[in-house]
Amino acid sequence: MSATAPTATFFSSFSSKDLLFLGEAALNTLQISAISIGLGTLAGLIFGWLLYEGKLWATLTLAPILDIFRSVPLIIQLVLFFNFAPIIGLRLDPFQSGIIVLTIYTAALVAHVVRGGLESVGEPLHRAARSLGMTYWQDTFFVVPPIALRAVFPSWVGVALGVMKDSALVSVLGYVELLKASQILITRTQEPFIILLCAGAFYFALSFPVARYAAYLERKWAV
Amino acid sequence: MIEIRDVHKWFGKLHVLKGISLDVHKGEVLSVIGASGSGKSTLLYCINRLEPIQSGSVRVDGVDVYDRKTNVNHLRRNLGMVFQQWNSFPHLTAVQNVMLAPRRVLKKSRSEAREIAVRQLEHVGLGDKLNNYPSALSGGQQQRLAIARALAMEPSYMLFDEATSSLDPELVGEVLDTMRLLAEEGMTMICVTHEMGFARDVSDKVAFFHEGTIEELSPPQEIFNNPQSEHTRKFLANVR
Amino acid sequence: MSFDYNFHWRPVFKSLPDLIWAGMTTLQVAALSMLIGIVLGLLLALVRMHGHGSYRWVATTWIELARNTPALFQLFFFGFGLGAFGIHLAPFYIVLCGLSFNNAGYLAENFRGGLQSVPHTQVRAARSLGMGIVRTYVSIVVPQVLRIVYHPMTNQMVWAVLMSSLGMLVGFRELSGETQFFASRTFRIFEYFAVTAVLYYIIVKIILGASRLLAWRLFRY
Repeated sequence: MSATAPTATFFSSFSSKDLLFLGEAALNTLQISAISIGLGTLAGLIFGWLLYEGKLWATLTLAPILDIFRSVPLIIQLVLFFNFAPIIGLRLDPFQSGIIVLTIYTAALVAHVVRGGLESVGEPLHRAARSLGMTYWQDTFFVVPPIALRAVFPSWVGVALGVMKDSALVSVLGYVELLKASQILITRTQEPFIILLCAGAFYFALSFPVARYAAYLERKWAV
Repeated sequence: MIEIRDVHKWFGKLHVLKGISLDVHKGEVLSVIGASGSGKSTLLYCINRLEPIQSGSVRVDGVDVYDRKTNVNHLRRNLGMVFQQWNSFPHLTAVQNVMLAPRRVLKKSRSEAREIAVRQLEHVGLGDKLNNYPSALSGGQQQRLAIARALAMEPSYMLFDEATSSLDPELVGEVLDTMRLLAEEGMTMICVTHEMGFARDVSDKVAFFHEGTIEELSPPQEIFNNPQSEHTRKFLANVR
Repeated sequence: MSFDYNFHWRPVFKSLPDLIWAGMTTLQVAALSMLIGIVLGLLLALVRMHGHGSYRWVATTWIELARNTPALFQLFFFGFGLGAFGIHLAPFYIVLCGLSFNNAGYLAENFRGGLQSVPHTQVRAARSLGMGIVRTYVSIVVPQVLRIVYHPMTNQMVWAVLMSSLGMLVGFRELSGETQFFASRTFRIFEYFAVTAVLYYIIVKIILGASRLLAWRLFRY
């Protein structure tokens, strides 16, 4: 049907108000992603460092816990937490629940990446730093970060983009982000193709350039 | 017999072979010396058609290598090649490395191919390393493995492309010894090499390459004791 | 009102056999989508590397779309999106197509990296022994690529299992869909999903364990 006169149907059933609705939902996606990625990265940095330091308790407790969040579908985590919160007396709306779950999820993925990055800074470098009379903390804060960053950054971008895309799952709690809004509009306007095209284009426009840039940096830094 | 006639080759705008003509008779050992980038290795790749040429001809036992009708895979069975980077297949054990081509190219049975492989590995002194993966072998051993792999096809000719250049100094000897052994057994060989001692002792002829041409081609005694060309003299003075 | 929740695990345990059965469906659709994804991914990688014109464009677009849009979006596309053209797939096929599309895109890039990392000199060595181009790929290149992409492929399989949980949003009764079905009937949402989370964890661990065992048998070098 839309093949015969796509523009006509576009304007008849898919109004500018709908576009605004999609735009707001897109902002919701951006907002929930940005907050979760920010908080999750902070937590992930700390967790990753703890894992790298390899204290026995970290390996025994933190590692398996973080592993759970990488081994259970995000959608299950969301549903589980949303229904668990009231049991322990927390009154959370879908947005708050989404932020909490996405943050922990991000932290688990970032910790994994950070640990790998820290491990890529070889022992000789630490020895070199210490031989120059640097303390452990000077080594940790001034020598390690620039080098580990090169190993971590491209993978971190991958994680961040992954979380941005996965934030679509918060819709399962009823939060109206971009894909939920698309679904609502599809049901109302019966214009699945155009609406999905808009939603897909938004994700793509956000993810593709960033992914390309990260790949470029990875290649540049690999030398 | 290998007959090379007026071969020209360009890499883009770079004229690497400028009309090379050369004969190598059965049982001869030819060493090719010269500075890096003078086209020595490229010439080897032109003999078994791993590189295309722009003009001239190469004949091996009378067969035109660059004739469209020539079955190049058939031709290459007869021309064993050993590379500067050892190129052992990392996912196969030593014996599997050597067995692969006899089995898949010559269609020999498994036991037959294995028999050949064991014989060739013993030939190059790796009889005790049959089931080792290349990662467990030294550079010199990997290079000898590569020689055994080429010999397993029972080629009439062996082409060595700087076979010792990537080796640690203390491992060069064992590979040269293996090459010497082949020469003594009467194998026809073309050796692109930087080992002047080997070229002097083992070759029947030595070709000095300079900027894509053969500057001088003579028996080793002459080229080393009484070089005719100025370039040859300079080169030999520098490598000594 | 807050801390007096009574857990009811009995109904969950009663439907455990059904859940485990649904877990098999999850594994099945994930494994099938991996098989399709491997074949298509290899094709996409080769076309992206060596193809020309519109073939190459199609491969690149496929790969980038799969990698740069949410998996749920891809599922919606095979669900509602194809509906625009009068094509209505059954839930199983929506999930299978969505996962296969996604797997192919991610695997293609892994394969491309793997193919590029086998040195060209390996091909030369094989050709110098008189091996044809097909034989060279089968005996020399592919086994080496397989080792390089083995770990990413295992990860992708885990992802496929996790992604298949989206089936519950398009009405497919795999593990998550089945769980939702029971949960909504009994209102024991937390209990059901907690058990399902454990089941997913077990499935993932089994895959990783099996993969490690296979790798140990496969890659001796």
